[in-house]
Order: sequence, then structure tokens, then C-alpha cells
Amino acid sequence: MKIKRTDMAEKILMKGNEAIAHAAIRCGCDGYFGYPITPQSEVMETLMEEKPWETTGMVVLQAESETSSINMLYGGACCAKKVMTSSSSPGISLMCEGISYLAGAELPCLVVNVVRGGPGLGTIQPGQGDYFQAVKGGGHGDYKTIVLAPSSAQEMYDFVDLSFELAFKYRTPAMILADGIVGQMMETVELRPIKPRISNEEIIAKYPWATTGKPQNRKQNVITSLAMDAAVHEKLNQNLQEKYKIMERDEVRFETVNCEDAEHLIIAYGCMARICESTVEQARKEGIKVGLLRPITLFPFPTNEIKRLVPQLKTIMSVELSAGQMVEDIRLAVNGKVPVNFFGRLGGIVPSPEEVLDAFKQSISK
Amino acid sequence: MDIKDIIKPENRVYGKTPLLTDNVMHYCPGCSHGTVHKLIAEVIDEMGIQEQTIGVSPVGCSVFAYNYLDIDWQQAAHGRAPALATATKRLHPEKYVFTYQGDGDLASIGTAEIMHACNRGENIVVIFINNAIYGMTGGQMAPTTLIGMKTATTPYGRDPKLHGNPLKITELIAQLDGTCFVTRQSVHNPGNVRKAKKAIRKAFENSMMDKGTSFVEIVGTCNSGWKLSPVQSNEWMVENMFPKYPLGDIKDI
Repeated sequence: MKIKRTDMAEKILMKGNEAIAHAAIRCGCDGYFGYPITPQSEVMETLMEEKPWETTGMVVLQAESETSSINMLYGGACCAKKVMTSSSSPGISLMCEGISYLAGAELPCLVVNVVRGGPGLGTIQPGQGDYFQAVKGGGHGDYKTIVLAPSSAQEMYDFVDLSFELAFKYRTPAMILADGIVGQMMETVELRPIKPRISNEEIIAKYPWATTGKPQNRKQNVITSLAMDAAVHEKLNQNLQEKYKIMERDEVRFETVNCEDAEHLIIAYGCMARICESTVEQARKEGIKVGLLRPITLFPFPTNEIKRLVPQLKTIMSVELSAGQMVEDIRLAVNGKVPVNFFGRLGGIVPSPEEVLDAFKQSISK
Repeated sequence: MDIKDIIKPENRVYGKTPLLTDNVMHYCPGCSHGTVHKLIAEVIDEMGIQEQTIGVSPVGCSVFAYNYLDIDWQQAAHGRAPALATATKRLHPEKYVFTYQGDGDLASIGTAEIMHACNRGENIVVIFINNAIYGMTGGQMAPTTLIGMKTATTPYGRDPKLHGNPLKITELIAQLDGTCFVTRQSVHNPGNVRKAKKAIRKAFENSMMDKGTSFVEIVGTCNSGWKLSPVQSNEWMVENMFPKYPLGDIKDI
């Protein structure tokens, strides 16, 4: 969907995937490199229709594969450009090699995963089975990416700029972990004011590590994830871990609904949080004191908020479109203090609020 | 006559280009990489484009190219250098962007990336070192290994029925509409060193003319992998490599 460009804030009805594309253009993204895959192809289609290279100068390129896309991000990120890609589960698996290199070389970029059902080719229906891949690393080695989980088209839009902010702040890949529902559903989105792309001169001043061409008066800049000396390599890894600790301290984001007096807690992210909001509403009408915790950052995970709530709780239930992945992080946070139950559907089947409510009532009556 | 009387600027006939760092190269004596590095350094220096040049180094023996050429470098994952170069050149059209890749990197694991970068006609330079073997990992078969050639993974010689055929990727690259200059060179004697340098210079100049990709293959030696002395390696290369990989321009638009 092509939209009229204005500098004004305005509200437009669009798909979550389209919101990603418009946000990229309007927040000063320098380059998008991607490969078509359902259910997120609207991202590149919208960008190609918008032709941002004629307005902001943003580069948009359809690559030959997801492997190439992520390595194009590596090249662009070496130059401290704001670069991004989007894909869906099987494509993200192909990108994991590159994401590991980007994390190892401490490069900022944005990867959007509009998750579908797996494993393998799976289904093009929505899923949340890539949680482990997203928050535990995915590729080889000890690394993390910042993972943001939007649950609305507006958040799809807003998290693009936020992801770039965080990616550059920590020199790390950031990931938007969406799902087929959030990507495909249409909602009104408020367009934020346009941020211009930053100039090459500003990049040189702001990011002295970037490969911008070596002048006589500075040392060469080399971007690599390679360190053959064991002591040097250990230090690099320790620095990464330090960075992740700071993220865990400073960058946890979540939303709570009806948690103040809650005796039971449902934890869900992305599209499932929207559904569980209705479940909580219905349960409250039936007099059950239940609240909803929606993690917005999946890494760093709202471990401390869960710990804080545990003393007032009788049970927790994790609701996911997976066989149970986030539930493991919840159990780590809870450390056995209250029962942690799980409800999930697979195969792209999205449960109704009533179905979740039935499962929830069953879980608290055990 | 004292030596001090001889060491004078006016008597100077050769100097090491400042683009080449003083780091001791890790390459084996007799390896072609060092010579090719020097040629690239000289071309960048002579064109005065140090500040405008970004190199992309591969995985393989030349992974450490950044230790020897004093420019900004990106070190790519195995085979992916053309993808990095694509984005870098598109985001920085005013820069000279080149990849430096071996045969395993370019003609095996990175086949998709090199074909598509060249087919899109990215305005980059590709320096492709073909020594028909995997040097860094200890002398295994490369896509360009000759029939009958013994390597660590073809201990009885490359048999096409078992291991497939040598890949003449440069001839394939020349078929792509996106390439403007495709050439095969070597650096085994002074005459060919001069020709190779001319080709590299032309490739760099092309990258500002919006003509497409320039691709320079250098047929090189890996005497450690080939288990021959440097002198024997050069002879073996002339006798065996050149008939399969003949020198000269394949395409020049």
C-alpha cells in the first residue's frame, strides 16, 4: 500500500507488515535487503512501491537468498548504516549464520521475523515456535540479540525505530519477533514524525569504528568476528556477556493488565497477548482474580517482574503458539515457587479467548 | 664508494608502497597471495584512493588480508564477500569496493553470492585467487582442483565420477550480462606480474564508470598444498593449470 508522504502525524489503516516498511522509510533507515517469503512479503513489496531511493535515498534490494540478505546487512552495518531485513521462520534459520557474525563483530542491524509454523517448511499460518531461536541465540556461539515482540500494527511501526536505537546503542543485532497474525492484520497506525537519514559525515563523527574509508590521520578500521588468540577471544566474549548484562538491567520492557490484586497470572506475548487480554477480561467477569503479563522484550526477559509477582500468585500459565518455549524462562524465573502451567496450540491454529479460558480454569482447579 | 653515497632518492629504482604494512606475512614462501596483495596496494596507492577504498576479505588463507593492506576492511563469512560488497557499494557509491576471494570461497560455498552480484552488475571489483586447493584448512579438494590432482580429500587423485569436475567459474561469470571486464592472469614471472597489475588497475577504474562488475582471476600457486618447491610450483602451474585455465581477457566491454 502506497501512502502519501507528509511530515504530519496521521493515522492510517494498514497491515502490520506494511507498517514495518513505512516505519523504516520514515525513521531514516539506509537500506533494506530481503528475500520474499510468506507471511511477510508485503514488507519488501511496500518498500518497492514506495521507491524510497527517490525520496530519502534509502536502498532497497531483493537479494538472491536470505543468506545473502543477512550478509548484505553485515556489509552495510560495517559502514554504520541503518540496515534491516525481514523474513519468516525458514528464512531466519538461513540467516542465523550471519546473525552470529553480526553479533560477534558487534554490528547493529534489524532483523524482522514474522513467524510461521515449523519445523521445516511447516506452514504459512502463524506460529511462535521460533522463541528459542530468537532469544537463545539461534546461530553458533555465545551471543544474544535484543528481541522485541509487537502485538499490534502500531508496535510493528514503533519497534522499527526503537530497534535501531537499541541496536546502535549496544552495537548488536536487534530482532522484531512478530507472527503471521500481527503481520497480516490491519489496524490503524499513527505515523510518527519523519527522522532524516544521517549523513556520512555524521556517521564518521558518531561511529569512529565504521569502515568509511581510511584517511591518513587515523588507523585502519577492520570489522571482523575473528580472534585467533585465545586470551583475546575470551575477552571479546566476556565483553559481549557484559553488554548482555547491561541490557538485562536497563532494557526490559513489558506490559501488565490487572496484575495489582491478581492471584493467577497469564503470560503471553505477540498475538497471543491480545487474545489473552480477552480471556482475562472474561475470567474477571466470572470473579477469578487473574492478570496478564505481556513481555515486550523477550531478551532481555522480564524475569524480575515475574519474581516480584510470584508471592501474590497461586498459579501462572504461559500461553503460546508453540509446544512450550517461553514457559521454560518463566519456570527459571519462578524457580518452583508456584505451579507454572502451559497452554499452546500448534500447526498454525490460533485458540479463541474462550478456549484459553477453559484451559486456564482447568489449570487452576488442579 | 660508501653505501651512504648510493642510498639517495635519485638512485631509487623501487620502493615498497606505504599501503603495504610492515606486518610479516603469514603466507608460505612461494605463495602467490603476497604478490597479489602488493599489486592491489600499489594500484590503490598510485590511484590515490586509500580513503575511498573498502576491502572485503574472505575465509581462507587470505582472511588476514587486512593485516597487510592499510585500508578499511570488512571480514566476511565464508563465501559471502560479494553480498557485503553489494551493500557497501550501494550505500557508498562514491567508494571503491573490492572483494578478495579464494577458489573455495568464491567458486564453492559462495557460488550463489558471486553469480548474483556479478549478474546484477554491482560496480565492484572481484579479485579471485585460484590455486586449485584449500590452503587454510590443510590442502583439501577445491572446486577448481584438476582431474587427477592429489589433495587431502582426493588422496588418489580427483576422479570426476567420484568428485565431480573442475569448475571454470570465470568463464561462467563472463556469460553474465552484469560483468564488464573478466580476465584471467598470473603472477609467476615479471611479465605476468605487470599484466596482472594492469588488469587490477583497469578493474578499479571500471568501478567508477557504472559499467558493471570487474572480475580478475589470478591463477596462483599453493606450494605447501601442492607439496612442491616454489620453483617447481611455478613450473607445475604452467604445465598443468594454464591448459585448463588459460590466461588472458575473456570479456572486456
